[in-house]
Amino acid sequence: MFDDLAASVTFIQENQERFLELLTEHLQLTILSVVIGLLIALPLAVIASRIELLAKPLTWLAAIGQTIPSLAILGLMLPLLGTGFVPSLFALTIRAILPIFLNGYVGIRATDPAIVDAARGMGTGNAQLLLMVELPLASPVIFAGIKTATVQNIGLATLAAFIGGGGLGDLILQGLAMVDAPVLLAGAVPVALLAIVAELGLGRLQRVVVPAGLQSATQ
Amino acid sequence: MITLEHVSKTFTSHGQTVTAVDDVSLEVGEGELHVLIGPSGSGKTTTMRMINCLETPTGGRITVDGRDVQTMNVVDLRRGIGYVIQQGGLFPHFTVADNVAVVPRLLGWPRQKRRQRAEELLALVGLPPELFADRYPRQLSGGQQQRVGVARALAADPPIVLMDEPFGAVDPITRKQLQRELRRIQAEVRKTIVFVTHDIAEAFLLGDRIVLMAEGRIVQNATPADLLRNPADPFVTSFIGEDRGLRSLRFTSLAELAGPAPPGARPNGMILPGTLSILDAGRELAAHRDAAGDGIWVGDTTGQPIGYLTFQQFATVLGESLGDDAETPHDETAHAIHH
Ligand SMILES: Nc1ncnc2c1ncn2[C@@H]1O[C@H](COP(=O)(O)OP(=O)(O)OP(=O)(O)O)[C@@H](O)[C@H]1O
Ligand SMILES: [Mg+2]
Repeated sequence: MFDDLAASVTFIQENQERFLELLTEHLQLTILSVVIGLLIALPLAVIASRIELLAKPLTWLAAIGQTIPSLAILGLMLPLLGTGFVPSLFALTIRAILPIFLNGYVGIRATDPAIVDAARGMGTGNAQLLLMVELPLASPVIFAGIKTATVQNIGLATLAAFIGGGGLGDLILQGLAMVDAPVLLAGAVPVALLAIVAELGLGRLQRVVVPAGLQSATQ
Repeated sequence: MITLEHVSKTFTSHGQTVTAVDDVSLEVGEGELHVLIGPSGSGKTTTMRMINCLETPTGGRITVDGRDVQTMNVVDLRRGIGYVIQQGGLFPHFTVADNVAVVPRLLGWPRQKRRQRAEELLALVGLPPELFADRYPRQLSGGQQQRVGVARALAADPPIVLMDEPFGAVDPITRKQLQRELRRIQAEVRKTIVFVTHDIAEAFLLGDRIVLMAEGRIVQNATPADLLRNPADPFVTSFIGEDRGLRSLRFTSLAELAGPAPPGARPNGMILPGTLSILDAGRELAAHRDAAGDGIWVGDTTGQPIGYLTFQQFATVLGESLGDDAETPHDETAHAIHH
């Protein structure tokens, strides 16, 4: 095992350029999918929290979507979008939408009704209520959704390799195909490390993003 | 000024219809504090929430300064009406100063002015700004949070303030203190206030008028003194409670009690102001036994005698009001009368 690890370090050193390229792709897939997912999921969560009629179907859809295996999504994408980076990004984005949407919806709905009532009674408009009260108050929960999506997509991005989307999954696939443990580890270990770094890094970021008055409540 | 004309509100939920407010008419004059009181579910909150359009009446009309609230822009209307709720409703992610300055912020005041106003109001409600302005709500006690709630309602200097059990969630001692402070503040700022409470003592302490509600209707709408002297029905009497007599002493003035002086009699002792309550007059007499004359002379604000009553009459009123279970402080008073 340690031999394999040492060998994979050597492999990375020898193939530095390719490794960095795959790492960059991996990060691009992850970050872009989460950012796009956030941009889609948050408005959906707001809509669901506002229009009671849509809330049920949307949460159902999200919950069902969550249970479809990622490989199946990739497979379904294949005939529609073909292979490469874009379909991979597409599939990952769908995966990112789900946790962010669910957390966003639940977070907004969980706003203390007394606070909403006070805010309305003081004359906040709809947008002000959302931006000044509901989203900041939901931000710890929304942030948790973003964290889940990010860590999850760092792992899922390895599957992009199946449809030529690149990323560190390439090394894993190659290692599997050639039964070459060091190459496989050169892909898998950095992915695991990335997930840990993301988890810790986002935890730090949360302390910056979440309003100070809510901090102790979220710790 | 706020008027409600035959206002009703029915809720329909799960196929059931609830009449929360039933043909309520009310007029709250400029600078007056009206207390809505009544059992749980009697429609107090709903009545109040229709004034700032948080609920829409199903019948009748509500006007604020002559304008039908239904025709007004709700956001503008609400920014001109202070609003305090029992649960506080402070924004946990805003500092105390920012909480106080929410409406000024919505109104687009510059930052500097908002801060200054918030500090002024914190001082007004007895929270030194240098200690409290930059804290967060969770770092305050319940009573302090309710003070912030009151400060927030007054921030943009609205002529009207709605308060729904603003002191409901604190211990009795803190509550008394908050009530006194509100009275002091109200004497200073003279807002038109609708105040909802469960606490009859609070109603008597604060109200210019007390509006007693039951099952969505107004049972009696009267000044505290009238409510005590002429309760409309047994429900009112039972609601006012046991120590009604004692309270009425506090709300009946000497001038109301005094009759004409006997012919030829002239004041030969101190003259008590007619605005003094019976209770305070008793205290005054007890404190200055030596200065009392043959009877109790009642004067106007300039000290001119306007009426007279005998010690016997005074003692009778005291005795009737206090009954047999007079509390100790008043024994002293009664004692002085019979000197
Ligand atoms: N949104 C609502 N939907 C349905 N029924 C309601 C709603 N709001 C109030 N009610 C009903 O209307 C009636 C009056 O309620 P309201 O809150 O005005 O009473 P209240 O006098 O303020 O009571 P409390 O002293 O308990 O606060 C109650 O029967 C209540 O259940
Ligand atoms: Mg109520």
